[in-house]
Amino acid sequence: MNGNICPTITAENLTKIYHRGSEEIRAVNDVTLSIEEGRFVAFIGPSGSGKTTLINILGCLDNPTSGRLALCGREIFNEGVTLSEGKLTDIRRELFGYVFQKFYLIPTLTVRENVMLPFVFFKKPGAEAEVDKVMKLLGIDNRANHLPGEISGGEMQRVAIARALVNKPRILLADEPTGNLDARRSMEIGGILKELNRKEGLTIVLVTHNLELAKNADRIIELRDGKLLAAG
Amino acid sequence: MINIPRIAYKNLLRKKTRSVLTVLGIALAAWVLASLLGFNKGYQISLGKDIDNLGYQVLVTAKGCPYEAATLMLKGGTGLRYMNESITDSISAQPEVDKVTPMLMQAVFDPNKGESGGITAYLGIDPATFPQMKGKLPFKEGAWFKASDAYEAVMGYEAAELEQREVGDMLLIPEKNVEVKIVGVLDRTGSQDDGTIFLPLRTVQKVFGMPNELTGIGIKVKKDADIAAFEERMYRLPDVQVVSMTQVKNTIMTLISTAKVMVLSIALIAILIAVVGVVNTILMSVMERRQEIGILKAMGAKARDIFKLIWIETVILCAAGGVVGCAMALGTAKLTEVLIRRLLPYTPSGGLVTIDYSLALFTLGVVTLIGLLSGVYPAWKAGSVRPLETIRSEVE
Repeated sequence: MNGNICPTITAENLTKIYHRGSEEIRAVNDVTLSIEEGRFVAFIGPSGSGKTTLINILGCLDNPTSGRLALCGREIFNEGVTLSEGKLTDIRRELFGYVFQKFYLIPTLTVRENVMLPFVFFKKPGAEAEVDKVMKLLGIDNRANHLPGEISGGEMQRVAIARALVNKPRILLADEPTGNLDARRSMEIGGILKELNRKEGLTIVLVTHNLELAKNADRIIELRDGKLLAAG
Repeated sequence: MINIPRIAYKNLLRKKTRSVLTVLGIALAAWVLASLLGFNKGYQISLGKDIDNLGYQVLVTAKGCPYEAATLMLKGGTGLRYMNESITDSISAQPEVDKVTPMLMQAVFDPNKGESGGITAYLGIDPATFPQMKGKLPFKEGAWFKASDAYEAVMGYEAAELEQREVGDMLLIPEKNVEVKIVGVLDRTGSQDDGTIFLPLRTVQKVFGMPNELTGIGIKVKKDADIAAFEERMYRLPDVQVVSMTQVKNTIMTLISTAKVMVLSIALIAILIAVVGVVNTILMSVMERRQEIGILKAMGAKARDIFKLIWIETVILCAAGGVVGCAMALGTAKLTEVLIRRLLPYTPSGGLVTIDYSLALFTLGVVTLIGLLSGVYPAWKAGSVRPLETIRSEVE
């Protein structure tokens, strides 16, 4: 973390409304928050509280119905006006790394090839070295030539995290990253996220049901019915 | 370094059985297409060779159906009509004519031929003109008879093999109880000559009691002569008809065009089924991988990257099917030829299915083009997957 901290994510009055028949569902309801660079923020809350919808909006995977969103000083959404899909793809590529509950590794590619995937679509000099570095950081370098089916669930999630990190994102969005793992492996992943935040200064936004996992964050925000309840 | 084609290839290995079945479907279509094109090419080449081997461009026969007469001549069959040989002089007098050769074909039933007997054809030829017109017919042994009334014979390769005769043997003409001495055996030509027994014209006329009668006159026209105008004049001669070998070739090609249309239809249906199979396979694969595609887009893959990935998968399937299909067509060309010979009433004596390098490449090109076209929709569909769709399925 550097001393010149700027708000990486700025959200003002974000609202997301879904319609199910005649019923209107406010998945995210007037959310205002700011996440500074280098912070580790965890969103917790019961099912249907809007955590995932909020993280999708923050990660440029979904558009809000209203409100304002700025990322690293760039206006992404402001009262109905948003960037084009091409520009959003560029933003996603430059700023974010995503980790999900399911690992989505390509089963016929080796661990190393899976980690290298982002560079297939975004050529970068020094890609090979970066892949080796990230794999070592996550302790999966000894599994480089294994197929995903030959490694454990915890290792698969580490591969998914390595794939998210290899492009050097500024923000890591992790949506229930331990949902498919047992308690021991969940804590292992939690420890890895904490290390990445502390040692690499990576901004992390985590969504989880798991309070123990959330405790790794330096800020815990609870959501209920799409509204922010409390910040720990 | 991993790249899009490698990922596409590895994706196809996920469901091996499905990929193999799809490749097989395309291979069958490619096989039918290559075999059909090979048949078309081989048949035309062989027919052309058969007609060229006749040595003449125009055949004058006694009045009758020209197609039937031509076919009979090509097949060496029976039921021929006769004309007086004096007509040879009138034809020779035509300015377009370079050479003429009179012929008399006769056929008799030989009870000793095969298991239950068969027809043996004898072609009476003029030793002064026929060998010249035919060009260099290769001899396995011996040579042409010299006199036009000698009791001698030259046997085609297969006729000699069938009768197990060689130069110096005597050959009995059934029903006539006349023996002729074999003075020559032709080498294999791949034409109707292989099954023919050649005798001097006068000998045939005498043995079969057909003095001054002919069944055909082969005419070689001069270089740059107006064949159409010549044929027109020949048509005016009484009791004869003119058959141009080009016309024969066209007629036979027209006759087999029905069979070709049928096979082409089968090829088209096979291609259509293969295309549907490919689209289905790729679409299923795209549907199954929607979330994965969404993740790829979330990590920065653009719509065109995904389009390329899926498109390449389709092209790999089609190209692999094309290669297998061409190999199948090459491997089964002989079998296809046997089947075609059984199906068609007349086939030339040479190879019927000719699948060469250019034809295999053409087939591969067509099948790959089909892959390119049939891959557009699934690739577009995959390219339009939004990352959010992936994430939505994660919503609790």
